[in-house]
Amino acid sequence: MASPEAGPLRMMVTLGIAGLCSGIAVVGIFLVTKPRIERNRAEALEAAIFRVLEGAKTRVALVLREGELVRYEAEDGAIPKEEAIYAGYDESGALVGHAIPAEGAGFQDTIKLLYGYRAASARVVGIEVLESRETPGLGDKIIKDDHFVANFRDLAVEPEIVLTKTARSRENEVEAISGATISSRAVVRIINESNARWLARLGGDQARHGTADADERVLARGGVE
Amino acid sequence: MLPEIDFAGLLWIFVAASVVNNFTLSYFLGLCPFLGVSGRIETALRMGMANIFVLLVTSLCASLLNTFVLPHAPYLRLLAFIVVIASTVQFVEMAIKKLSPALFRALGIFLPLITTNCAILGLALFQTNKQYGFIEGIVFALGAGCGLTLALVLMAGIREENELATIPEALKGAAMSFLVAGILSMAFMGFAGLFSATS
Amino acid sequence: MASEQPTYEELIKGLWRENPVFIQLLGLCPALAVTNSAINALAMGAATTFVLVGSSLLVSSLRSLIPKQVRITTFIIVIATFVTVADFTLQALAPVVHKELGAFIALIVVNCLILGRQEAFASRHSQRPALADALGMSLGFSFALFLLGAIREILGSGSLFGVSLFGPDFEPWVIMILPPGGFITLGLLLGVFAWFKEHRERASQQAALDTGERRAA
Repeated sequence: MASPEAGPLRMMVTLGIAGLCSGIAVVGIFLVTKPRIERNRAEALEAAIFRVLEGAKTRVALVLREGELVRYEAEDGAIPKEEAIYAGYDESGALVGHAIPAEGAGFQDTIKLLYGYRAASARVVGIEVLESRETPGLGDKIIKDDHFVANFRDLAVEPEIVLTKTARSRENEVEAISGATISSRAVVRIINESNARWLARLGGDQARHGTADADERVLARGGVE
Repeated sequence: MLPEIDFAGLLWIFVAASVVNNFTLSYFLGLCPFLGVSGRIETALRMGMANIFVLLVTSLCASLLNTFVLPHAPYLRLLAFIVVIASTVQFVEMAIKKLSPALFRALGIFLPLITTNCAILGLALFQTNKQYGFIEGIVFALGAGCGLTLALVLMAGIREENELATIPEALKGAAMSFLVAGILSMAFMGFAGLFSATS
Repeated sequence: MASEQPTYEELIKGLWRENPVFIQLLGLCPALAVTNSAINALAMGAATTFVLVGSSLLVSSLRSLIPKQVRITTFIIVIATFVTVADFTLQALAPVVHKELGAFIALIVVNCLILGRQEAFASRHSQRPALADALGMSLGFSFALFLLGAIREILGSGSLFGVSLFGPDFEPWVIMILPPGGFITLGLLLGVFAWFKEHRERASQQAALDTGERRAA
């Protein structure tokens, strides 16, 4: 085989060139795919917002500025890069509720989810798991088990959401999935923690952003389910 | 001043990485050495030690990369990790060759293979995903390493016993190892109950 | 210097005789981790194929330029580049699949099968046999993954490609899609293959005896 015996210089040059070419290739593909990847992510989030807030037709992103929630303005109606929650409005411009992204540790890895919350009735009205690597067959039932997901369609948040292993008897209870108690508990904990963080801020916000002004930039609901 | 350290949290990371989500038995990471050198307890233990060491160094490198380099260039993550890991392993190999020729002979071919041991890269990636800091990363690596060693040694012990057992001809060798691993993995699932106890 | 076998031979040896998973026991980490459903298995097979074929072609084309001492590092850089490309492409074109496979796409870098083929084959042969070898090995790998994934999905979820097979009364064997199921499925498959092999050898020995072609034992 004609594999050359090489001096240190030659070795360094080879590795340098390999590294350089590889760097160029990686940066190239990153730049090419980046817009598409970001659009995929935004579309997934966008779709999830309208699923957890039933009846919402438009949404407005809200971000934190000095501890206050303010409307996020973007030229193209894009989703903000910083942490944000989303207010959903129905056709008449009345507030349906807020879609709040939250994340926390699950059994295997971080669970990222989005839930809909109605300040008017102080209830969680829908949930959608955006990302999880919970054990297939057990933990991933937090996404696939309709019975579990149904718990979150009308769930009181006061005093706080609790997990129960028996049938649901109170409005703030979630019935755990048998065989996936850990993942169920993780979901409840994530929502409670996120509630503690956001809900107090929503009260004042509701008065200020109660309706979507016509001249303000809102995104029309994309597509029909 | 050291920042305040959450010892309970760290202990939890260690337990989770070593037994609850054992790298080998529930993520299938590091299977090559698992099947290759787990014939003798002695060798298995040494391989485990080499792994712990490389994991610790990897975690250190990954923390440094995550703090200083990768925030500016996230797309280079995989390349940076793998290059750093490959060089680390080369360094370990040289060090062991110099310091303990006997150990070097015992580990033989498997030392370079640590580079292509998924556990090492897996650790760097998981650590990044879980957003562990420096100390958490070290504890995570230590837990993962101990978990790997535990799995290797358990496996070696069972295989030593199995040499004397009557096993159907067709199941001898790798097939039996996988069946044993399956049962071990099932046993380790029991540790998941620890989660319920704490949270 | 390498004896150039017919390319066809390079292509099909990976399918069965030197099957990476069942015979060589390489690349087991992805083989067991992502095969809890048939579709994941196929996606992983496709990603691995892309990386293996790409790296083999490149390594084989550049083989005379790479100094021996730094070859492993160079191979790893080449492989890592292809994996990163595959990772971003999947994220852009098939985000759902990417979400399922998770961190295991990145772990293709350390799939012993890929580095092994560069070292044992691509760096010693010209492009044509290298391509054939890479294709054959990838197909063999994908086939093994699919077999594992299909068995585990059928027993563990009662479905194949997400289509329910046994109706609502079937109680899935959840253990099959959990980690222990991966080990046990592979163990039993290896056992079955070994049993068949043993059987066939005995049969052919018997046949040899019958036709009178006695050989010294």
